[in-house]
Amino acid sequence: MVKKALKGTYITLMYLFLYLPIFLLIVYSFNDSRYRGSWSGFTFRWYRELFQDRTIVAALYNTFTIALLAALIATVIGTVSAVAIHNMSPKAKVFFMNVTYLPVLNPDIVIGISLLALFVWMQLKLGFITLLLAHITFNIPYVILAVLPKLKQLNPHLEEAALDLGATPLQAFFKVILPEIMPGVITGALLAFTLSLDDFMVSFFTTGSGINTLSIKIYSMTKLGVSPKINALSALLFIGVIGLLGVLQARIRKIYD
Amino acid sequence: MNIIELKGVSKRFAEKDALVDINLSIRPKEFVTLLGPSGCGKTTTLRIIGGFEQPTNGDVYFEGRRINHLPPYQRQLNTVFQKYALFPHLNVYENIAFGLNIKKAAQKDIAKKVAYMLQLVNLEGFEKRKIHSLSGGQQQRIAIARALVCEPKVLLLDEPLGALDLKLRKEMQLELKKMQQQLGITFIYVTHDQEEALTMSDRVVVMSDGEIQQIGTPEDIYNEPVNQFVADFIGEGNILKGIMLEDYRVKFEEQIFPCIDKGFGNNEAVEVLVRPEDIQIVDPERGMLRGIVESVVFKGVHYEIMVRDESGTHWMIHSIHMAKNGEAVGLKILPDAIHIMKKAV
Amino acid sequence: MRKKWLAIPYALWALIFSVIPILLIAIYSFCSRSPYGNIVYTFTWDNYRRFLEPIYLNVLWRSVVLAVQSTIICFLLGYPMALLIARSDIKKRSLMILLFILPLWTNFLLRTYAWMVLLRDQGVINQFLIALGIIEEPLKLLYTNGAVLLGMVYNFLPFMVLPIYAVLSKLDHSLIEAAEDLGATSLEVFMKVIFPLSIPGVISGTIMVFMPAVSTFIISDLLGGGQTILLGNLIQNQFLVARNWQFGSSISIIMISMILVCMAIMGRYREEGGELW
Repeated sequence: MVKKALKGTYITLMYLFLYLPIFLLIVYSFNDSRYRGSWSGFTFRWYRELFQDRTIVAALYNTFTIALLAALIATVIGTVSAVAIHNMSPKAKVFFMNVTYLPVLNPDIVIGISLLALFVWMQLKLGFITLLLAHITFNIPYVILAVLPKLKQLNPHLEEAALDLGATPLQAFFKVILPEIMPGVITGALLAFTLSLDDFMVSFFTTGSGINTLSIKIYSMTKLGVSPKINALSALLFIGVIGLLGVLQARIRKIYD
Repeated sequence: MNIIELKGVSKRFAEKDALVDINLSIRPKEFVTLLGPSGCGKTTTLRIIGGFEQPTNGDVYFEGRRINHLPPYQRQLNTVFQKYALFPHLNVYENIAFGLNIKKAAQKDIAKKVAYMLQLVNLEGFEKRKIHSLSGGQQQRIAIARALVCEPKVLLLDEPLGALDLKLRKEMQLELKKMQQQLGITFIYVTHDQEEALTMSDRVVVMSDGEIQQIGTPEDIYNEPVNQFVADFIGEGNILKGIMLEDYRVKFEEQIFPCIDKGFGNNEAVEVLVRPEDIQIVDPERGMLRGIVESVVFKGVHYEIMVRDESGTHWMIHSIHMAKNGEAVGLKILPDAIHIMKKAV
Repeated sequence: MRKKWLAIPYALWALIFSVIPILLIAIYSFCSRSPYGNIVYTFTWDNYRRFLEPIYLNVLWRSVVLAVQSTIICFLLGYPMALLIARSDIKKRSLMILLFILPLWTNFLLRTYAWMVLLRDQGVINQFLIALGIIEEPLKLLYTNGAVLLGMVYNFLPFMVLPIYAVLSKLDHSLIEAAEDLGATSLEVFMKVIFPLSIPGVISGTIMVFMPAVSTFIISDLLGGGQTILLGNLIQNQFLVARNWQFGSSISIIMISMILVCMAIMGRYREEGGELW
């Protein structure tokens, strides 16, 4: 009995620890007072101000454009590479997997500064393009790592069966292989998309003046002092994520039905 | 004319010989089985015919045309894969229609042909079923239908019944044979099950270590194996060292036996095969060899009796008559029960 | 067959954007500096020698200590959680683990910012304590080492729980029953069966917490407020403020080497499984 209560308390405290800060931010986003920690009335004011802030809207737009583009390109390159790696000799496979793990295992800050060094060395103007290149770079490995297990599960004769029935290698890929590994491809794409949305470190070092992502914008806002607009933004992002997860969950259920 | 011909085909995988100098001609409408233990090269041979592997040396001909480098999707033959390789994301209808869709056939024709195929494999009404909702036997039939709907001139089958239980396997063997005769196309069938090979085939190709050991009708292979490997692999047998004194006379176990083989050199060392069911147990004084019964095991249709003869050799005998442990018996071996084989080098 | 050619685009991409940048950093770390701060391609050990100065060694020491502390705290807090989740029934289990992953999906900066709001002098915690009459003056909570540690634990705790959970949930339950059958008490079952089998997960978790903790600069920047300088802050400062890329590069190379050594040691004890993805 005591054991059970202890367990319950521990679990409750852990989840409180995880969620209380986020929850408080959401509550505060409706708080009329700017500086006080205390509650002084309900308001939508911060949400209004949030959407009137051009720089935030622009950062939001940049973030989504880059995340979408980077996820899309990384998914295409990553999927093709996964197929290639899957068909390699064991030695070549080990080599390529090590290269693939490089950006996964390197600390974000090292990826950030090393890409900064590269872009400066190549005399690329820091901005949207460098940001996109950087995001694609750290996304590709996650797509590969999501697609490879699906390829491993694949019956190796499926492709041969398609060829046998008259499909060219390209037709076999699109009509048989791709549909079979689709769950992995989608997982990889979503992973890439969220990583891009959430990234601060790499973006911080590889962006140029004038191009902000949401993370960079939030960073500079925290530097300028506390603005309840951030609370409103947090609340919106959090609810957006829960919505996205809900959709995903439903999708996954459908696949496995 | 031969529909398929392999001339001097060999295949190396990473410094290992998988096939050595394979020569094989297959006639139209023939049911040919490649038989051998795993690793003998039978599947590699099939994959070379199917176009999934290229031979390292030698040539492959299809209706007289050399097809070494023709990719699988341009060959007029289809394959039934070992574990069926049905497309899990497509239903039964879509699986069977796959090849026809690739060829851009009219939907009406496709529907008609798929319906006919489903009828042929006794699965009418299964069009909308998901692949993973089918039993192994049903998946097997769909795989056959999917390959046959393309109207290939040759159907390649890679251990197609390997995953089925014994009863179902026997049923499918007969069905496949019937289908082959009804459609009048060539079947090239790979298996490691000698009984399956003997039941279904017009000709059997026995393979071992990447080489063809013997090609012949099931009767030839069983009754006149050319060497110890074939004799051992097909059925059970007593194999002994012997000396061919002259045509029709062979000496083994210190005795001279009349036989029906000829064409060996005089006093050539040979190997002698006697099938267990070809030995008769008689009274000691009437037998050509004498021995003591060492064990008797009931096998259902027959008894498996082990007899040790006077020179210490063990004989396996299949008999419908019972014998007693420790009993002294005679063994009678008629001339046509003795098969002489070249000695392995 | 011809499929290996498909790897060419990725091979090129990885070469240009993963391999060359690291090589560049490695080269820069041995380069000299012109009077105006430009990179001069002559070999020198200066950038590494400079790191041996006490202030920088102090930063290294502080980074490692904080990273180790946060890893240990994450382990102590997280292991029981992973165990409890893994032993709940299936339905509850997926919800509980989802709730643990969910915060990871919200912006990392916002999660850290939330603690700024909580820990400020006029923040929720201080106001709450004052309202209760426990303290009169607000405690200094923000911009301390403690705040940085808290931020690390808060942000990286799921990285510890997930791999341990992944291993524990795959644990064959009959092993536990077998141990019980052989007379082990529940403590002995844990110490002799469950824990040893979960070590690959613990190692994955340790790597996944230690690595971002030792290289972070955001958490120390926001919650340490310039009081707590870690390796990450130093690198950021050298690259963006002091514009001494050579020194920044040498610190990066030292950090990478340190992480590689840790992973090599840990990797020996790690078998299959226990990976996050």
